Amino acid sequence: MSRISARFAKLRAEGRGALIPFVEAWDPDGPTSMALLRGMPAAGADLIEIGIPFTDPMADGPIIQAAARRALLAGVKLRFVLDMVRAFRLEDADTPIILMGYLNPILSYGVQKFCEDSAKAGVDGFIIVDLPTEEADLMLPHTNANGLDFIRLIAPTTDDQRLPHVLNGSSGFVYYVSITGITGTRSASSSDLAAAIPRVRKVTDLPIAIGFGVRTPAQAAEASRVADAAVVASALIETMAGNLDADGKAKPGTVEKILAQVRALADGVRGKGAAA
Amino acid sequence: MNQSLPPAALNSLRSGPTDRGRFGAYGGRFVAETLMPLVLAVEQAYAEAKVDPEFQADLKSHLTHYVGRPSPLWFAKRLTERLGGAKVYFKRDELNHTGSHKANNCMGQILLARRMGKTRIIAETGAGQHGVATATMCALFGLPCTVYMGATDVERQAPNVFRMKLLGAEVKAVTSGAGTLKDAMNEAMRDWVANVEDTFYIIGTVAGPHPYPMMVRDFQSVIGEEAKVQMREAEGRLPDVCVACIGGGSNAMGLFHPFLDDSSVRLIGVEAGGHGIETGQHAASLTGGRPGVLHGNRTYLLQDDDGQIIEAHSISAGLDYPGIGPEHSWLHDIGRVEYVSATDNEALAAFQLCTQTEGIIPALEPAHALAYVTKLAPTMDKDKIILMNLCGRGDKDIATVAAHLGMKL
Ligand SMILES: Cc1ncc(COP(=O)(O)O)c(C=O)c1O
Repeated sequence: MSRISARFAKLRAEGRGALIPFVEAWDPDGPTSMALLRGMPAAGADLIEIGIPFTDPMADGPIIQAAARRALLAGVKLRFVLDMVRAFRLEDADTPIILMGYLNPILSYGVQKFCEDSAKAGVDGFIIVDLPTEEADLMLPHTNANGLDFIRLIAPTTDDQRLPHVLNGSSGFVYYVSITGITGTRSASSSDLAAAIPRVRKVTDLPIAIGFGVRTPAQAAEASRVADAAVVASALIETMAGNLDADGKAKPGTVEKILAQVRALADGVRGKGAAA
Repeated sequence: MNQSLPPAALNSLRSGPTDRGRFGAYGGRFVAETLMPLVLAVEQAYAEAKVDPEFQADLKSHLTHYVGRPSPLWFAKRLTERLGGAKVYFKRDELNHTGSHKANNCMGQILLARRMGKTRIIAETGAGQHGVATATMCALFGLPCTVYMGATDVERQAPNVFRMKLLGAEVKAVTSGAGTLKDAMNEAMRDWVANVEDTFYIIGTVAGPHPYPMMVRDFQSVIGEEAKVQMREAEGRLPDVCVACIGGGSNAMGLFHPFLDDSSVRLIGVEAGGHGIETGQHAASLTGGRPGVLHGNRTYLLQDDDGQIIEAHSISAGLDYPGIGPEHSWLHDIGRVEYVSATDNEALAAFQLCTQTEGIIPALEPAHALAYVTKLAPTMDKDKIILMNLCGRGDKDIATVAAHLGMKL
């Protein structure tokens, strides 16, 4: 069983959903983002998404755009992202890692080589924002050959007729983009989610994660209850952005602050604390 | 019974793209899932409109009576004499309403948007010509319009910003990246994702996800189709060479496409060489880039070794784009079209030459095409013919040119 399936099976047995925090690789530099990544499992991350910085993140709002810009200024390369995963795997063999990004850096690296190197580094799956089902044959042979999950995105605009087409042959989990919009702008309403998730469930047995607009422990709790997992990105990156000094370096205690935020989100998902 | 294609069509270079929107290895639909259903809807709506005589008649009528087509074909006699070689003809698309070829495409797309029942229009713009053309059509049809424009371009194309505002459009300055066309396109796509219900995105060049490269090409092909007829009237034959500048490549594709199967006609696209290809500060995606994926399609891009997009540079805001339409990438690879470049300074010199010999102030974009014509024409015999797309007028560029000539307005 893949790490992703194993993790969701374990959580199902525990009767709760998953928290999937997001960390932008090398924001604002390599060591800081590595420290954040390392600390996430203990803070309650069930799976982790690592963002691959790109100059033109078309589905992202100003918060993640700025994070990518900081990372690129710090000199991040795609191979450094894999280095982070390799280092993480020395200490953690179980927490699934999903890389999220845009296609061009991967094309530039070489799709086949990237899939091989990712699998070796300990990556479990990819979310490629600008690689829809219509173009996925570019990557699927290589993700399949290397035991990687190619996570499909479903949006509010994906109608019932299109759903089976998008989910055909999918694995790992399904990522439900809960709003029509870019990251870090607004949140879906409870009624939107309550209507949307059963629609997706009808077509797949895979776990469903809700992302875009999940910010607070209460929202994470709701998302992981209505679906199977909550992805939180912009809210964490906002904390990073708010704790940089004049040189763009993280102030002392920043990583701890973000991990405390992850802990609060995890408590929410676990039905503990004020959020529950 | 299915009618089989005549043999000529099988060998035609004009039959692309495939139903996946591919021109060879280029093109496609590399967009987020949120947009995919919209892109498919545009494709379907366009496929229906394309074969609907009523839509085509409506388009033709608007092009004739509002845009002012056909645009004239002009024999540039004094310029020809000055260059001392091949005869130079201009296809005068700068005489279109709003001052450039962009009107051809905007008219087509806004009629499609209306047909689809869309009630809000967005666009990206570089030089502001596409923004002005879009704002104009929106005023004509009473639709609200938001135009995204890089902050750098807002500054260097100030007259066009004011024109758009007068026309009732909202102009949003984009500060991300270098604040040029690429960043404006990112922002327009973000707007589209957030306003899927009511909004139609009028892309200004032959780029973006399928069906845009095909659709914009079709709407611009009126340039080459008219020119072909006009050339036969003027000279009794086709030109020997067609030359056009390339930003995203729409005016060039519009001129070239009807000539693709006429193997006697050389086709030359002129990219923006900026400070010179060797300096790295240019916008010549084919000359200085390699294939990748940006803005929904696979094409040649300016990018670093790690696949990060590099900012383009050109004196001309309309050419300042790190990509190029996918059909051009294919035509480059198969060698049907030659792609060359002209620098900022060469374009400035051509700008002045055109103004002084022909009394036509060209936009800085076609001044790049003319810069190459000034090199090519003297090498050709006097009975040869060059057809150049004079795709925009230069009023918008007066301030930029004055600054480079060290003059104060
Ligand atoms: C007059 C003019 N020519 C050319 C261009 C470049 O676009 P394209 O290569 O799509 O024709 C522009 C773009 O703004 C323009 O305004």
